[in-house]
Amino acid sequence: MSVSAAPAKGDLGSAVYVAPAWKMTWWRFRKHKLAVAFLWVIGLVALIAIMPEFFATQDPFATSARRAYIPPQTLQVLHEGRLQWPFVYGVEGQRDPRTLRMEWVDDTEVRYGLRFFVKGFEYRLLGLIPTDRHFLGFADTPPGVTPNLLGTDRLGRDQWSRLMYGTRISLSIGLVAVAISTLLGILLGGISGFYGGWVDNLIQRLIELLQALPPIPVWLALSAALPRTWPVTWVYFAITVILALLGWTRLAREVRGRFLSLREEDFVVAARLVGASQWRVIFSHMVPSFTSHIIAATTLAIPLMILNETFLSFLGLGLRPPAISWGVLLQEAQNLQSVVNAPWLLIPGLFVIVTVLGLNILGDGLRDAADPYST
Amino acid sequence: MHWFILKRLLIIPFLLLIFSIISFVLIQAPPGDFLTSYIAELAQGGTTIDQAQIDALRRQYGLDQPVYVQYFLWVGNLLQGDLGVSLEWRRANVELIGERLLLTLALTTASLLFTWAVAIPIGILSATRQYSLLDYFFTVLNYIGLATPNFLLALVLMWIAFDRFGLTVTGLFSPEYAQAPWSWGRFVNLLQHLWLPMIVLGVAGTAQIARVVRANLLDELSKPYSEMARAKGLPEWKLVLKYPTRVAIAPVISTLGWYVPQLLSGGLVVSVVMSLPTIGPLLLRALIGQDMYLAGTIILIFCVLTVIGTLISDILLAVLDPRIRMEGA
Repeated sequence: MSVSAAPAKGDLGSAVYVAPAWKMTWWRFRKHKLAVAFLWVIGLVALIAIMPEFFATQDPFATSARRAYIPPQTLQVLHEGRLQWPFVYGVEGQRDPRTLRMEWVDDTEVRYGLRFFVKGFEYRLLGLIPTDRHFLGFADTPPGVTPNLLGTDRLGRDQWSRLMYGTRISLSIGLVAVAISTLLGILLGGISGFYGGWVDNLIQRLIELLQALPPIPVWLALSAALPRTWPVTWVYFAITVILALLGWTRLAREVRGRFLSLREEDFVVAARLVGASQWRVIFSHMVPSFTSHIIAATTLAIPLMILNETFLSFLGLGLRPPAISWGVLLQEAQNLQSVVNAPWLLIPGLFVIVTVLGLNILGDGLRDAADPYST
Repeated sequence: MHWFILKRLLIIPFLLLIFSIISFVLIQAPPGDFLTSYIAELAQGGTTIDQAQIDALRRQYGLDQPVYVQYFLWVGNLLQGDLGVSLEWRRANVELIGERLLLTLALTTASLLFTWAVAIPIGILSATRQYSLLDYFFTVLNYIGLATPNFLLALVLMWIAFDRFGLTVTGLFSPEYAQAPWSWGRFVNLLQHLWLPMIVLGVAGTAQIARVVRANLLDELSKPYSEMARAKGLPEWKLVLKYPTRVAIAPVISTLGWYVPQLLSGGLVVSVVMSLPTIGPLLLRALIGQDMYLAGTIILIFCVLTVIGTLISDILLAVLDPRIRMEGA
C-alpha cells in the first residue's frame, strides 16, 4: 500500500496521488498557522536544550553571596530619552539599615551594551568542540561582574543561565520518559490489539488497574524510595523511568484501538492472504498507517511529562540540586515569603507554560493533520 | 441495572486487595526503615541511642518481623478499623488523618462543583457561537489553563493578593479557628478560605471539560432531531437546552472517573504551597520521614477515594444511559 516514489517538486497536482501518508499529513499540518508558529517556538526551546552553554551568559553553578537576589537587569533601548543600541544598567547594592536586606537599584551612570557571540567561560559545544563563544554577552564589564538578565537567586547564581541549563534537563526528561512509555505502549498495545483473546484481556485489566491509581501520590512514594545518596545522573534516569511507568497506558490504549480497526481492513487481509509473515504484516503494512497518530499522541504526552517532573522536583522529591531543571528552579519560589521577596524567581514558570502550551498546540495540529477524515 | 452495579461492587474488594499490596510495596521500597531515619535524625541533633533501645523500639513497631508478616499485620488491623499508629507523631493515624481527610473531601467536592458550574455554560456558549470571538477567547484560555501547573497559579494568586490587597491567603482557617472545635463560625470561616484553592484546583479541569462539552454539543447540534426542532420553530436557546445539552453533558459524568483522581493528586501539590491542613502535606512529610504506616494508609485512602469516584461515575452513567445499563443485564 505504501508508495515510496517521491513526487516531482512543485507539481502538487499529480503528486497528491502518489504522496505517502506522512507527506499528506505535512501538507495538512502546514495549513494550521498557529501550530506552525509554535513549531518554531518549540524548535528554539529544543535548540536551547541541545546547547544551553552557548545561550548561557555565565556559569550557572557559580555562587556569589554578595550578589544574592539582584532583580532582573532588563534590556533597555532608551537612555535620557534617546534611542540606543540595547543595553542594561549596572546595579548598586545598598543595605537597608532597618531590615538589613540588600536593596538593589539601577546605576544609570553605568551602561553595558548588548553584544552577540562574545567570549565567556569555556565549555564543550555539544560535548565535543571546546570553545568559549556565547550567544549573548555585554561590552565593557569589569572582571567578575556579568549583568543578570533575569536576576539572581538566594545564592547569587544567574537565573538566565540556570534557566538555559534547566531547559536541557526538563525537556530531555519529557522526551526520554515519553520514548520509554511509547515503546511500552506500542509493544503492549500492539500485542493486545493484534492477538486479542486472553492476552488482550490481561493487558487491558492491567491498564485499568494502573489508570485507577492516583498518579501523584504513587509518583511521590516511588521517588521518595530513591536513596538520598544516589548521584545526580542515577536520580535523573530513575525519575524518568518512574514517570514512564504510569505514562504508557494511554498510548497502549490508542495503539490497541488502531490495531483492532486496522486488522479488518482490506489491505491487511490482502497482505495476509498472499502469505506475508506476521511480522511483515505488522511492520510494513500496519505500523506505517498509524505512525502519524502515534507521533501526535506522543507530542501530546511530552508536556504532561514535563509538568509531572516539575511537580515532583518542586516538592523536593524529583531531581535534586545540583541538578538544574525547571522544577528545581521553581523550588526556590516555594512559599509566599520568597515570592514576595523575589518575584522574578517565578520566571521559570513562564518557560514551563510556553513550552507546554506550544507542545499541546503542536500535538493538536498534528493530530488533526494525521486524521484522514478531517477536512 | 442492579446486576450492573452489583458487578461493579464485586470487583471492589479485589481492587482494594491489589491496591493495599501496591501501597505496602511502595512504602517498603525505600532502603532502611523508620528507625534508621529516626536514628540519623537523632544523631544530627547530637543525641545517641543505644542498641538495646533500638531493638526494643524495632520489636514494639513490629519492624523485626519478615515483610509479609508486617503486611498481614497492617491489613489485618485495617480490616478491624484500626488505621495503625504514626511512628513519627506517636499518635493514632485516625486522629492525624480524620479532619484532614474531611477537609480534603470538602476541597475536592467544591472544586468539582466549581468545574461543572463553570465548564458546562462555557462549553454551551462556545458551541452555540462557534468561531466567534468568545469561542476563540475560551480556546486560548483552555490552552493556558492546561499548560499552567496549579502550584504556579496558586503562588501567583497568593502573591497578587498579598502585593495588591495586603491579604495573606494561606491555610483554610483564620488563626482563631485553626484549633477550635467545629462550630457555625468555623464553618463560615472555612468557606471564606476555601474559594481560592477551589478555583486554583479547578482551572485545568474546567478547561478540559468545557472542551468536551463543546465538541459533543457541536456533534449533537447538527443531528436531524435538532434540525427538526428548529424547523418546527422552537426558540434556539430552548432547543439547545432542552435536547442536545442533555446528551452533550453525559460524557462529563463519565469524566468523573479520571477527574476525581486528578483533583486529589493536584490538591496535594496545591495544599503544600498554600499550607492547607489537608491530607497532602501530611503524606509528603510521612514519605520523607519514612513514617511507613502513615504513608501507606494515606496512599491506600487515595486509592479508595479514586475507586469510589469511578464507582459513582459508573452508576451515574448507567442511570443516564440505557445502552450501558442493558449491557450488564
